[in-house]
Amino acid sequence: MISQFFILSSKGDPLIYKDFRGDSGGRDVAELFYRKLTGLPGDESPVVMHHEGRHFIHIRHSGLYLVVTTSENVSPFGLLELLSRLATLLGDYCGSLGEGTISRNVALVYELLDEVLDYGYVQTTSTEMLRNFIQTEAVVSKPFSLFDLSSVGLFGAETQQSKVAPSSAASRPVLSSRSDQSQKNEVFLDVVERLSVLIASNGSLLKVDVQGEIRLKSFLPSGSEMRIGLTEEFCVGKSELRVSLFPGYGPGIRVDEVSFHSFVNLDEFESHRILRLQPPQGELTVMRYQLSDDLPSPLPFRLFPSVQWDRGSGRLQVYLKLRCDLPLKSQALNVRLHLPLPRGVISLSQELSSPEQKAELAEGALRWDLPRVQGGSQLSGLFQMDVPRPPGPPSHGLSTSAPPLGLGPASLSFELPRHTCSGLQVRFLRLAFRPCGNANPHKWVRHLSHSDAYVIRI
Amino acid sequence: MPYLGSEDVVKELKKALCNPHIQADRLRYRNVIQRVIRMSKLDQWGQAEVLNFLLRYQPRSEEELFDILNLLDSFLKSGSPGVVMGATKLFLILAKKFPHVQTDVLVRVKGPLLAACSSESRELCFVALCHVRQILHSLPGHFSSHYKKFFCSYSEPHYIKLQKVEVLCELVNDENVQQVLEELRGYCTDVSADFAQAAIFAIGSIARTYTDQCVQILTELLGLRQEHITTVVVQTFRDLVWLCPQCTEAVCQALPGCEENIQDSEGKQALIWLLGVHGERIPNAPYVLEDFVENVKSETFPAVKMELLTALLRLFLSRPAECQDMLGRLLYYCIEEEKDMAVRDRGLFYYRLLLVGIDEVKRILCSPKSDPTLGLLEDPAERPVNSWASDFNTLVPVYGKSRWATISKCHGAERCGPELPKTSSFAASGPLIPEENKERVQEVPDSGTLMLVPNLQLTADYFEKTWLSLKVAHQQVLPWQGEFHPDTLQMALQVVNIQTIAMSRAGARPWKAYLSAQDDTGCLFLTELLWKPENSEMQISVKQNETRTETLKSFISVLETVIGTIEEIKS
Repeated sequence: MISQFFILSSKGDPLIYKDFRGDSGGRDVAELFYRKLTGLPGDESPVVMHHEGRHFIHIRHSGLYLVVTTSENVSPFGLLELLSRLATLLGDYCGSLGEGTISRNVALVYELLDEVLDYGYVQTTSTEMLRNFIQTEAVVSKPFSLFDLSSVGLFGAETQQSKVAPSSAASRPVLSSRSDQSQKNEVFLDVVERLSVLIASNGSLLKVDVQGEIRLKSFLPSGSEMRIGLTEEFCVGKSELRVSLFPGYGPGIRVDEVSFHSFVNLDEFESHRILRLQPPQGELTVMRYQLSDDLPSPLPFRLFPSVQWDRGSGRLQVYLKLRCDLPLKSQALNVRLHLPLPRGVISLSQELSSPEQKAELAEGALRWDLPRVQGGSQLSGLFQMDVPRPPGPPSHGLSTSAPPLGLGPASLSFELPRHTCSGLQVRFLRLAFRPCGNANPHKWVRHLSHSDAYVIRI
Repeated sequence: MPYLGSEDVVKELKKALCNPHIQADRLRYRNVIQRVIRMSKLDQWGQAEVLNFLLRYQPRSEEELFDILNLLDSFLKSGSPGVVMGATKLFLILAKKFPHVQTDVLVRVKGPLLAACSSESRELCFVALCHVRQILHSLPGHFSSHYKKFFCSYSEPHYIKLQKVEVLCELVNDENVQQVLEELRGYCTDVSADFAQAAIFAIGSIARTYTDQCVQILTELLGLRQEHITTVVVQTFRDLVWLCPQCTEAVCQALPGCEENIQDSEGKQALIWLLGVHGERIPNAPYVLEDFVENVKSETFPAVKMELLTALLRLFLSRPAECQDMLGRLLYYCIEEEKDMAVRDRGLFYYRLLLVGIDEVKRILCSPKSDPTLGLLEDPAERPVNSWASDFNTLVPVYGKSRWATISKCHGAERCGPELPKTSSFAASGPLIPEENKERVQEVPDSGTLMLVPNLQLTADYFEKTWLSLKVAHQQVLPWQGEFHPDTLQMALQVVNIQTIAMSRAGARPWKAYLSAQDDTGCLFLTELLWKPENSEMQISVKQNETRTETLKSFISVLETVIGTIEEIKS
């Protein structure tokens, strides 16, 4: 089973080190791991590494390395799951996971590890169960204030750009000091969808893939029941066609596959699309779903590229028009377009349609940043580059009008707040729990789609 | 803290699996299993552990087997990938003899695996991809309709992209080949040279089935005139021409001009090989080779020079007029000026070969130009599911079979110990001895107080001297029928740390062998085996350098056991 567990900072400094079985190595194992990781040739995977009868398995989470070592041929799925569960657990207890919070809460982390793992075997990872055994309180860097709620971000989605400030509301420990009861009654429900799309050069859609999750972070006392109502038209699988309650409102919202957390009670799901559950404190993925190939709403972005290439002078002109097909009220944030360019491009001149955009050359590719794109709007950029002529006589195989090889495909990454691509919405979130204190529980329901693989061929 | 999730469960299960009374009573047994599986407190870790334990159980009847499968069915639908994969493994192993059940399970695990492949956690994604590859080895068409899930996105780390490319070239079929190739072609111009080369090699391996489309793509890539691409394309061409002779014409047309963009040894070798073997179809082949000959002095790789010698000689056979002069120059250089011995010898060899006569050269050098059968050898036929079922959901697919072999080899060397044949009834009788205990049991030496030192080094001279100076301490005759296999005997003696100094060859009559051994106190045992076929008996004479009857006795008994065992095996 698990021999050791340690946490390294992104620079390789050991933050936490725990030996469960005393059967191998010593503290320098952590250093060894980091040396192996950095010295790994590019084509080998760092996920599982081997050194003298010891396997290192790690995940990267918020800039930290969470590593276990084992000398047995274990189930990799199980171990990775354990590691990500540990990450969530540490996040629950310390507020958020990060170098700072871990080093401030070393005692608490060790206490947690002691309870979660015994002699390398998992005992429990349930926040609820562990609560009875954990004495240390989390040290939070800055006192929580309700004013921070103005910029509520997402606790769960690991979006590429974390410009949406990580919400300090969601990132506080589950077990904050027992005195400030007033803050405890909060619950966050996030619907997060990850979109990956591939569009052919003629504009036809080759692949759409939506991975969705409903995540819950509850600060309510455990045992309080809640009901989550999903869109009524929601249906699962291709065969099940649910007749819309309001005919004429279009087809139902359909997903291919759904899996629920074992806590979820599905009695009312068939009839009313209501999920009942008694969540423990902390973070929980209530539901996961997938949808491919068949999207009810139009795609959020269309790209109309036009490329002109004068082979003789080596002048390459790329005109990109980006149309955002979201509803007028919605907007996309942190849009970044990444366009690989032919080798050797050095100079770039640009004409952008609005001043807040930015474009630059980085690592042989064009990067076009659009901080904010309103629904229904259209933005454009004209880029001119010099491509060095390939040495030797022009090759006969290519026609002169074709774009040079090595250009494209363009990939977009973006976030769409308050929008889900599948159309799934949370209708309501009702709590059966009657607060004994003064305040009603705060309920935050948030929707978000994001993508880092929205590829358009040119 | 008490063992919250799993302890009761595991205890219960152990009881069920060890207790013959429970197992004998089918109903009761079923009840226990049912209770264990349905235990309310069982969290995902507990479930995984239960599945792990059930792996050791061998159902007695078909009915029982399907009972278990039915009971565990819900685990396949679990939300936790660890549990789903654990259940899959158990199903695959239990249903060893029911291929349709195995296929069915693999169909059901498709969804969770694909979800894991597009998971946000890169690590999980990687592990899932490795398992997808494992399944594809047995069921090549299994993921073909989901090929789009394995397209790479630029933000993914390198190791995931490489896995995805591998998966893509394994699942390619008539329907998706167009799309897959189009996608792969996009990767060939990737900023990362390693990834681009991996994509080109992938296209090369698809080309074995879909030759025309792939050769066209590869030819287009040559037009980029980029070093790292051209060299890999030419290498791919070389392998392809060898396996699929039908594409030779297209390759030969694409080659001219490549030489300007190849700098590395591998690429040069491939190009020179192609020019040599198929030079009669490439108009400017001699002139390209001439360039190489002229620059041979500054060539740094000996392998390239060797390749050049062979290629030029081959080309000389088909186009003598254009090549004679430069072949002379090259041979002169290689013999007179070259410092690398291998290259020089090769040069001399060809020179002498040419002296013998042109017909002889032709006979030796003109080997077949392609060998399509090799392709069949290279990718072995579909492996049965059972060959990897026990590796599923372990680290083996993640490391890859070959790397795992080296890992477990050096792992095994660390914990060396006598390997006794495994008792095959272990799984069936079901005693759940923890791994550690088993090893300790095995390590108890079985030869009493006698400990023979391994790797005793004794020269034949020393043996002879000692043998002559000592008196026979013990002499014994053992029965021995039939023929003799000296190798078997030698190996068997090696196992108990008795070294063979000398022995007659097999079939000699009478047959003799001299053996030596030393125990941990330094006492030497020198032995002579004498086999006389006419009396069908074996005479053993043992000499000892210190007289100690106790150890002598145990040594003789060891020897008797070994000889007795071999006698048994033979008969």
